[in-house]
Amino acid sequence: MPDDLSHVVSSSLGKVRVGARGIVMGLDMAGRDADLERLLLEIGFVEGARVEVLHEGPFGRDPIAVRVDDMRVALRRREALAVLIQPDQET
Amino acid sequence: MDAAVDLTRLALVGNPNCGKTALFNALTGSRQKVANYAGVTVERKAGLFTTPAGRAVHILDLPGTYSLRARSPDEQVTRDAVLGQLAGESELDAFVCVADATNLRLMLRLVLELKQIGRPIVLALNMYDIARRQGCEIDVASLARELGVPVVPTVAVKRDGTRALLDAIDALQVQADVPASQWQEPDANAVRATHKQVEQILADCVRVPDNADRFTTRVDRILLHPVAGLLVLFSVLFLMFQAVFTWAAPLMDMITVLFDGAGALVQQALPAGMLQSLISDGIIAGLGGVLVFLPQIMILFLFIILLEDFGYMARAAFLMDKLMGRAGLHGRAFIPLLSSFACAIPGIMGTRVISSWRDRLVTILVAPLMTCSARIPVYTLIIGAFIPRGKVAGVIDRQGLVMFGLYAAGIVSALVVAMVMRLFFWKGESEPFIMELPGYKIPDVRNVVRGVLQRGQIFLRRAGTIIFAMMVVIWFLSTFPGAPEGATEPAINYSLAGIIGHAIEPLLAPIGFNWQIAIALITGMAAREVAVAALGTVYAVSGEETGGALGALLAAQWSLPVGLSFLAWYIFAPQCASTLAVVKRETNSWRWPLFMFGYMVTLAYAASYLVYHGAMMLFGG
Repeated sequence: MPDDLSHVVSSSLGKVRVGARGIVMGLDMAGRDADLERLLLEIGFVEGARVEVLHEGPFGRDPIAVRVDDMRVALRRREALAVLIQPDQET
Repeated sequence: MDAAVDLTRLALVGNPNCGKTALFNALTGSRQKVANYAGVTVERKAGLFTTPAGRAVHILDLPGTYSLRARSPDEQVTRDAVLGQLAGESELDAFVCVADATNLRLMLRLVLELKQIGRPIVLALNMYDIARRQGCEIDVASLARELGVPVVPTVAVKRDGTRALLDAIDALQVQADVPASQWQEPDANAVRATHKQVEQILADCVRVPDNADRFTTRVDRILLHPVAGLLVLFSVLFLMFQAVFTWAAPLMDMITVLFDGAGALVQQALPAGMLQSLISDGIIAGLGGVLVFLPQIMILFLFIILLEDFGYMARAAFLMDKLMGRAGLHGRAFIPLLSSFACAIPGIMGTRVISSWRDRLVTILVAPLMTCSARIPVYTLIIGAFIPRGKVAGVIDRQGLVMFGLYAAGIVSALVVAMVMRLFFWKGESEPFIMELPGYKIPDVRNVVRGVLQRGQIFLRRAGTIIFAMMVVIWFLSTFPGAPEGATEPAINYSLAGIIGHAIEPLLAPIGFNWQIAIALITGMAAREVAVAALGTVYAVSGEETGGALGALLAAQWSLPVGLSFLAWYIFAPQCASTLAVVKRETNSWRWPLFMFGYMVTLAYAASYLVYHGAMMLFGG
C-alpha cells in the first residue's frame, strides 16, 4: 500500500518539526519490526487520522509529542518515521 | 473471601490512565486487598462490594492495556484473566470496561475486541463530569445501541458517582454456561477495521469541541518546554528530597520520644536481666529504629502518587527519554527507576511495563542504584553525625545538599552502569517508545491518601516481620555467649556478632570499616534500614555510656573518612535480601541476583576505598 502513495505522500511524521499538521496516509513498514505496525495502529495512527506535532524533546528534538485525533502520544522519531503523512498546505 | 459461591465475579478493564483505580476505590471502599497474582509479581487488587439490590460482587482491578495482544507481563495478566485462563483465578462473569469519557476512541476499540469473548460487558464512561465541563456531548443511549452493551456515566471521585454503574451491575444477566470465546489475536488489518467502526460510532454519538483540553495544552506548553520543562522537572525532584528531609523531622522526633519513653518504662518495670534487655534493647529499640522512618517513606510516596495522578509521570518520561536512551534505557524505565527512590522492590516490579526483555533486565539490574527510602535512615544518621548543620550560600540546607549529592551519585552511576551493560553485553535496538500523554487531572484527595496509606502499610508489614525478626536475631547474636568471668572488654566483643565482625574486619579494614560496621553490614542484608538499628544495638549494648543519640556516639567513635566511606558504600551496596529475592523471582533464575550482588559489592568496595583514602589525604585520619 505505501508504494501507491508515493506520489501523494510528501513526508513522514519522523521528519517534520513542531507545529506541522497533516493526515496519516499509511504506515511504511519496510525494514521494520512487524509488531510496530500493530502498536502504532492500536495507539491511533490509522489512515485518515489527523496529526500535529506539539512538542519536541529537549535533547536532539527527540522524542516528539503528537496530537493524534483527540489524544496525545509521545514517540521517538525513529518510530515516527514509519508514519507517512500528507502535511497540510501552508496558508 | 473467595469461597462464597453466589458471588458475581467482575473485572475492571481499561486503558492506562482511565481512572480505573479511582473507580475501584469508589466501589469497594476499604474492602480491598492488595497482593500478587499466583506465580507472577503483577499486583493483584481485589475487592468486595454489595449492590443496592443486594448482589454480592467480587471485583478485580486488572492492569491497564490498549489491546489483548499482551506485550508485557501486566498485559498478559489482563488478557489471561478476561479469557478465563489465568492460573489460580476463577472465571469472570462479566467485564466492567472503564473509559476516560474525554478520550473514548482507544477504549471503544478495546470494547469491540472484548465483545468477541462473549461475556456480558458494562461500559463505564468515567470522569463524565470533566467531559461535560470540556463541552463534550456524548449520546449515551446511541452509544449503548451501537456498541450493543449497556453504557453508564460515572464520576469515581464524587459521592453517588457510581450509582448508575451499580444499577447496571444489578441488571446484569450472568449466564451459567458461556459460549466459547470467539476472540483471536487481531492482525493489522483487523485493527484498522475496528478503528473504522469506532470512527463511525464516534461520528454518530460524540461531539468534541475543537480545543476541549485547553488546560492540558497550556500546561504542556510549560512542562514540555525544552528549557522550562527541565527546570520544572529538576525543581520537582529537588523539592521532593528537601521535603523528605524537613517535613518529616517533627514526626520523626515524636516517634523517637515515644519509643525512648517505652524503653525507659520497661527498664523501670522489669528487673534488670535477660528479659529486660530483650524487650528494651532488642524489641522496642529495634522497632522504634525502623518505625521512625515511616514519615519519610510516606512523604516520598505522597509525591510519587501525586505526580502519577496529576499525569506528570508520562511527561517526565518524555523529557528524560533521550538521556535514558543514551544510557541504553527505555523512556518507560524512568517511572520504575523513579519509584525505586521509594523502594527498589516496587521499582523492579514496575519494570513489567517494559516489554523488551533486554531493556527490562538492564533496568532491573540498575534499579537498586537509585537511592531507596531504606537508605534514608543510614544517610540521615551519618549526615547528621558528620556534616555540620547550616546553610550553603545562605539558603540551601547543607545536610540536604549532601543528601542531594548522594542521590545524584546514585542516578549517575545507574546511567553509567546501564550504558556499560548495553555496550558490552546486550547490543541491539531497544524497544519502541510509544506512550499516551494523559490529560492533566487534579488528583483526588481520598485516592491519594488511600495510596499513601497502602504503601505505608506495606512498609510496616515488612518492618513488622523481616526487620523485626532480624532485630531479635541481632540482639541474640550480640548477647550470646555472654562475657566470660573477669572480662575486661565490653560483653559484645565476646558474642557471636563480635566474632563474625572481627572475622571479616581485615577484609573491610582497607576501606576504614571497624567490626561494628561489619556487623551492621551483615545484619543490614535483611533490609538496609536494619543497619541503623543494628549499629544502635551494637553500640547500645556494648556497655558504653550512650548519653546522646546514636549519631553523636558515631561522631565520637568514627573519624570523618570512615563516615564518608560508609556513605559511599551505601550508594552501591546490595544491602537488601528482599531486593535480591525479587530479582530472582522476576528473572526466574539465581544468575541475575548473583550478578547484581557481585557487581554492586565490587562498586561499593571501590567507591569506599577511593572516598576513604581521598578523605584521609584531605582531612587526615
